[in-house]
Amino acid sequence: MAEHTLPSLPYSYDALEPHISEEIMTIHHKKHHQAYVSGLNAAEASFAKSQSPKEKIVLSAALKFNGGGHINHSLFWKNLAPSAKQGKGHGGVLKDGPLKEAILRDFKSFEAFKKDFNTQTLAIQGSGWGWLGLNPHNHVLEVVTTPNQDPLLSHVPIIGVDIWEHAFYLQYKNIKAEYLDAIWNVINFEEAEKRYLEAGASKL
Amino acid sequence: MLSLIRNAARPTLARAFAKPAFATASLHTLPDLPYAYEALEPHISGEIMKLHHSKHHQTYVTGLNTAEESLAKAPSVKERIALQAALKFNGGGHINHSLFWKNLAPTSEGGGKLREGPLKEAIVRDFGSVENFKKEFNTKTAAIQGSGWGWLGYNSATNKLEIVTTANQDPLLSHTPIIGIDIWEHAFYLQYKNVKPDYLNAIWNVVNFEEAGRRFTDVAK
Repeated sequence: MAEHTLPSLPYSYDALEPHISEEIMTIHHKKHHQAYVSGLNAAEASFAKSQSPKEKIVLSAALKFNGGGHINHSLFWKNLAPSAKQGKGHGGVLKDGPLKEAILRDFKSFEAFKKDFNTQTLAIQGSGWGWLGLNPHNHVLEVVTTPNQDPLLSHVPIIGVDIWEHAFYLQYKNIKAEYLDAIWNVINFEEAEKRYLEAGASKL
Repeated sequence: MLSLIRNAARPTLARAFAKPAFATASLHTLPDLPYAYEALEPHISGEIMKLHHSKHHQTYVTGLNTAEESLAKAPSVKERIALQAALKFNGGGHINHSLFWKNLAPTSEGGGKLREGPLKEAIVRDFGSVENFKKEFNTKTAAIQGSGWGWLGYNSATNKLEIVTTANQDPLLSHTPIIGIDIWEHAFYLQYKNVKPDYLNAIWNVVNFEEAGRRFTDVAK
């Protein structure tokens, strides 16, 4: 069975500064995400050898945790980009187009969307992720949260933001709200729109 | 007198958290640390202790007071249920951290030293050796998938010491807490980064086994 591997970042470790520090990006990618990849490979290897339903069930937590960690972080790196404000890329810029229209339609304003996203993500009681997700039943954009490393299953992930403390603590300490304000400068709305359009296409 | 925790904590701790159901005025407050912020160095940095106590624990205290105030005013069953998550999270956070500060001590004040006595005997009886106990504790605590706490807990049904973990800020209810270790990333990240095992090895140098011994003899048969 093919092993999972740590995807390369689409940018250098310092590219998201000053919004997310090089130190955080380095440890987050090389250590935390790598650990999920290694853990997923180990869990899948055990799963392939497992003999009984009971053994498979015992392995399900490791598969969900490490598999979810790998899925979530892979989405995360791609929905970040060096900030346009710093003149480094297109991060933080939501151009006119289908995604912007949908956000305005479903949240009334971009500011209202950001506020809803940050409020719900801040309110997570423990570790988890905040998501802008596309509800596949009614094709509405909604803010959703997931605990720990649970993958987002109820919606199509459009934008994911890691709110585990390792994602921000070295730079923002306990002030989660500042991290959540800053990260909007490096959200890759082009990638987000790509996901949105792909999800729309598969609805047909 | 309404008690928020019944079997799982020492009587004094239960009294500290007990409030009459109709009381709205008395507020929970952040307990002082029994030592200076830098006193657990080099095992836990002063920077971590200061943020952990004055920011994180304070936030749970403030959140608990707010949640209890809302609960006192809640006019319907549905509203009271809606408040349960805030009470559990902030109440648990306050309980857990209050226990935590007390079960740590500077090495100069006995931190890390497990003397001969009932607790040591029980640990050796239930885990084979103190080293085995620490190894099992660290393995189980490091394996928590998310935020949570590792506990040495006393099981009053079986009269045994057991290692238990709780998620997020859930208080330990199934056992009497003897030693609690915070494994939320804020508890160690500034100093140990992603290397949880280094933190878990280091913290044994500042575990207050005398406080743990007191908790144990209070409940053990």
